[in-house]
Amino acid sequence: MPIIEVESLHKRYGDTVAVDDVSFNIEDGEIFGIIGPNGAGKTTTVECIAGLREPDRGSITVAGLNPRRDRDQLRQILGMQLQESELAEKLKVGEALDLYASFYERPAEISQLVGALGLEDKLSTRYGKLSGGQKQRLSIALALIGRPRIAVLDELTTGLDPQARRDTWALIDEIRCQGVTIVLVTHFMEEAERLCDRVAMINSGRVVSVGAPAALASAAGVLQTMRFHPSRPFDAVVLDELSEVNTITRHGSTVEITGTGDLLGAVVAVLSQAGVAVEQLRFEQRSLEDAFVSLIGEAHHE
Amino acid sequence: MNRVMFQRLLATEAKLMLREPALLFWGVAFPVVLTVVFGLAGDKHDKALGGLSLVDVYVPVMMVFSMGILAISAIPTTLATYRERGVLRRLSTTPLRPQALLGADFTVATGLITVAMALVVIVAKVAFSVQLPSQVLGWLVALILSGAALLALGALIASVATSARLATAVGTILFFPMMFFAGLWIPLQQMGSTLRTISHYTPLGAAVPAIQQTMHGSWPDVSHLLVLAVYALVASLLAVRLFRWE
Repeated sequence: MPIIEVESLHKRYGDTVAVDDVSFNIEDGEIFGIIGPNGAGKTTTVECIAGLREPDRGSITVAGLNPRRDRDQLRQILGMQLQESELAEKLKVGEALDLYASFYERPAEISQLVGALGLEDKLSTRYGKLSGGQKQRLSIALALIGRPRIAVLDELTTGLDPQARRDTWALIDEIRCQGVTIVLVTHFMEEAERLCDRVAMINSGRVVSVGAPAALASAAGVLQTMRFHPSRPFDAVVLDELSEVNTITRHGSTVEITGTGDLLGAVVAVLSQAGVAVEQLRFEQRSLEDAFVSLIGEAHHE
Repeated sequence: MNRVMFQRLLATEAKLMLREPALLFWGVAFPVVLTVVFGLAGDKHDKALGGLSLVDVYVPVMMVFSMGILAISAIPTTLATYRERGVLRRLSTTPLRPQALLGADFTVATGLITVAMALVVIVAKVAFSVQLPSQVLGWLVALILSGAALLALGALIASVATSARLATAVGTILFFPMMFFAGLWIPLQQMGSTLRTISHYTPLGAAVPAIQQTMHGSWPDVSHLLVLAVYALVASLLAVRLFRWE
């Protein structure tokens, strides 16, 4: 049963159409990614979900609520981390957490939250003195302080160093384990691939594709490449039967096979029947990023 | 929104304002110190000042000085900064409405203005025997209308300024002519008739004589109260209409 339903969403600002026609469902408890290039309409879409903007057309239901009409109820169950929103320079971390906790009916335990986010040493530090990563973690803490059922995180790891990014990802995994549905807006494909159960790829205000990252990659006809040394020479004819195989090339003692679907499993099975072992195997699967480039690229060429 | 939320917000905003030393200096300490300076310079009655002493003349000016700093300078900068940094937008994602933040900031500013004015009056009374207002009701009406006019102007600046920098600049640029017409450099009593007429139509130029009159037992002129009420009404209506949350 979907917790968020977006149906034919349309939103324009003046003459600019930000969101043209966006529909998707988000299931309870999943990490749902919204990916797309800058200016694709990702942020506008989530702002409509959170009730910050009024859609021009289309309907949105969040946990049975209408985000505009049932604003107060929605605020209790939806936590949001916004792109580029800051706090007062001289507000201390602990004061910000106390203040935001007072807005909710059953707030999270602050000590637990700051522990999980590694902010326990920073409670009496002023916001203006925090590093970029610490500000981002505080922002996540404030999005989670009301124990939301849904957390919307917009460009969560932009501007973080690789280590901080990985720490944040681990944190998102933890939050999901507590049953929180997470809507993640990102333009990092690696992030979407690593975290999301499903993603909606948005371009120019329209949904290009929705599905699991791996499914999107293979639906885009994504190629896989395997390279290996066979334990002994073999006749390539044995592989001809396989629908997964596209091309076979030999570079000296190395064999390179490209194909789709369960390429690796099929090839290894056939070769082992023929008494050939696959050694020094290297396998490359084109990623969500490749799928993204090919899907968005197609849309651009239309 | 319930009371607990608002109280917590109010306490937080008060703490933040108390962390601004420049604001406390110009908004509270400076008018009090200046009252002492004027008290030492002249507590004798002077014909040129309509029979008042220098400190008598400057007590209302110092009261509106604090109003001017906090309402015209501090409020627009604070609100425009909150808008620019996304603080208002951030709050609008929580059960609290961002309007509450504006309410809290106006409340804190009003509190600070009240403290500063009380200090000015107490210092003037204790150190220089300036008489306390004898028309108390008229005095309160004049103060409330003056405060309302100035806070509304501050809100209007915050509404039209597109950045925090601009809000600060506009506030500062307005503050000095307003204080001039309040008689900070030349007492109203010594201004030429043209300047005095202009002064009557400025917010602080209406506030100062209105407050002054009540100190000596009379009810403030209706014309002064009317000028203040018009500023309060027009500026607040415009501010509500023009205020942008982002």
